[in-house]
Amino acid sequence: MQLYLPIADLPVNVFLVLAMGAAVGFVSGMFGIGGGFLMTPLLIFIGITPAVAVASVASHIAASSFSGAISYWRRRAIDPALATVLLCGGVTGTALGVWTFTQLRALGQLDLMIALSYVVLLTTVGSLMFSEGLRALMRTRRGTVPPRRTHNWIHGLPLKMRFKRSKIYLSVIPVVIVGVVIGFIGAIMGIGGGFILVPIMIYLLRVPTSTVIGTSMILTLVTMLVATMLHAVTNHLVDAVLALILMVGGVTGAQFGARAGQRIRGEQLRLLLGLLILSVGIRFAVELVIRPEDLFTIRELGVNG
Amino acid sequence: MIRALIAALLVLLLGSAARAERLIVSVSNHRVTVTPNYSGEELVLFGSVEKDASTPADRAAYDLVVTVIGPRADMVTRRKERTFGIWINTDYRQFLQVPSYLALFANRPFDQITSPEIARRQQIGLNNVRLMQRVSGDYADVVPNDAFRSAFIRLRTQRGLYREDASAVTFLTPTLFRTGIPLPAEVPIGTYEVEIKLFANGAFIGKTETAFEIVKVGFEQFVATSARQNGLIYGLATAAMALMTGWMASIVFRKD
Repeated sequence: MQLYLPIADLPVNVFLVLAMGAAVGFVSGMFGIGGGFLMTPLLIFIGITPAVAVASVASHIAASSFSGAISYWRRRAIDPALATVLLCGGVTGTALGVWTFTQLRALGQLDLMIALSYVVLLTTVGSLMFSEGLRALMRTRRGTVPPRRTHNWIHGLPLKMRFKRSKIYLSVIPVVIVGVVIGFIGAIMGIGGGFILVPIMIYLLRVPTSTVIGTSMILTLVTMLVATMLHAVTNHLVDAVLALILMVGGVTGAQFGARAGQRIRGEQLRLLLGLLILSVGIRFAVELVIRPEDLFTIRELGVNG
Repeated sequence: MIRALIAALLVLLLGSAARAERLIVSVSNHRVTVTPNYSGEELVLFGSVEKDASTPADRAAYDLVVTVIGPRADMVTRRKERTFGIWINTDYRQFLQVPSYLALFANRPFDQITSPEIARRQQIGLNNVRLMQRVSGDYADVVPNDAFRSAFIRLRTQRGLYREDASAVTFLTPTLFRTGIPLPAEVPIGTYEVEIKLFANGAFIGKTETAFEIVKVGFEQFVATSARQNGLIYGLATAAMALMTGWMASIVFRKD
């Protein structure tokens, strides 16, 4: 069944998009991430312009993180104080990100920057995660306990605050900075940033695993809602029809993914996720290096936007 | 439809007053509505060349060029170049108020209809249509083989939005003619001007104009219009939709 996407200006097969939403939802439910880093590239791959893909995926991630956040809230697995401090940075970062997005689009370099950010971020995070997962797997084989580091330089920073539910005593400076960074790259790349945020919170900020995913989901939810709003107001690029199909597929797929994820061991899960992230990054890198089919592109500025 | 048109034309022909050669034209539909499942359509343009007493007797054969010009818009054409091993948009040209849809039809090849000089003046053929560019502060149309200009025409042609066809106009009788105007699925909405230029023995002897309108209707168009005109409300609605979907999912799939 063909459906015309009003903002993407493109007819698509509803079932294809629905299936893509479900597949990404499955993966995101399995790993407990938003899945934006998979969704945005897939949309670009089926011919939707990177700008529309990034803007529309934001609302899709908002939907899936909201349903996640509700269940974490019920289990009291969200730290409200930590979420609030993160959000102070996150909202600022998102606003900066959307502003940068608009500037790059006017310069004609947006598609390039999206691709470059994907290459840099995903290959770095992917290979780190992959090697870390590999090491963890080796350790469990050998049966040794990982060395437990207690404090790092981050815990020496001033402006300390007590986060009761997470049971940590931490400076707000790194928390706000993390929020800004995640908000910024999320708005430009169309990702929730959960797959970077969770490791940062665990390894750098030492947030306990009981509250880390729920709290990171709150940041994802709010930054993506803000990103949706700002993209809609400034660039008029949010395709609500596309977003709705993705959401419906995504939230359904996520439920099955979550069940599948419980059967796989943590280290293997991280190894798989690392591999997945790495391959998306490499795919973008290849795209940049090979000669494009057509060197010329046209963008309409006038009546029909 | 076609029969009715011919009948209408005949009435026009019989009732009109004489004044050299006159062109009488009509399109099959003056208002095309594009619905969500619209997959392209063809309009038909009908017309007649009307002679009178002052028409030179040796004028037997006429040539016609039909130009269809869609709503005008500014466009940017960018060129990628290899820089540091990756392909980057480096150079660009801005095309000012160029047609978003452009079709040129004739009854025989453009270069046989008239001289290159007249073809250029009358903008006959895609190579002769004026496409204004802004090149670092200067306003000019450039030579037809300019890289940006030809890439622009090539890309628009690939999407079916620019076209030229030197055999699309057919003469049913020596004076009665018709041509189809194909409108692909992604036609821009707005007012389309149609110019019909008449030539005889290589000389330009007159023209007439008509127009039609393309409007989009349906839910998709409503979404597109509100996204552009009420960005804030549209954004709020999308955000609310996201929250609703997420909330519904958490109810439907609630485990406990």
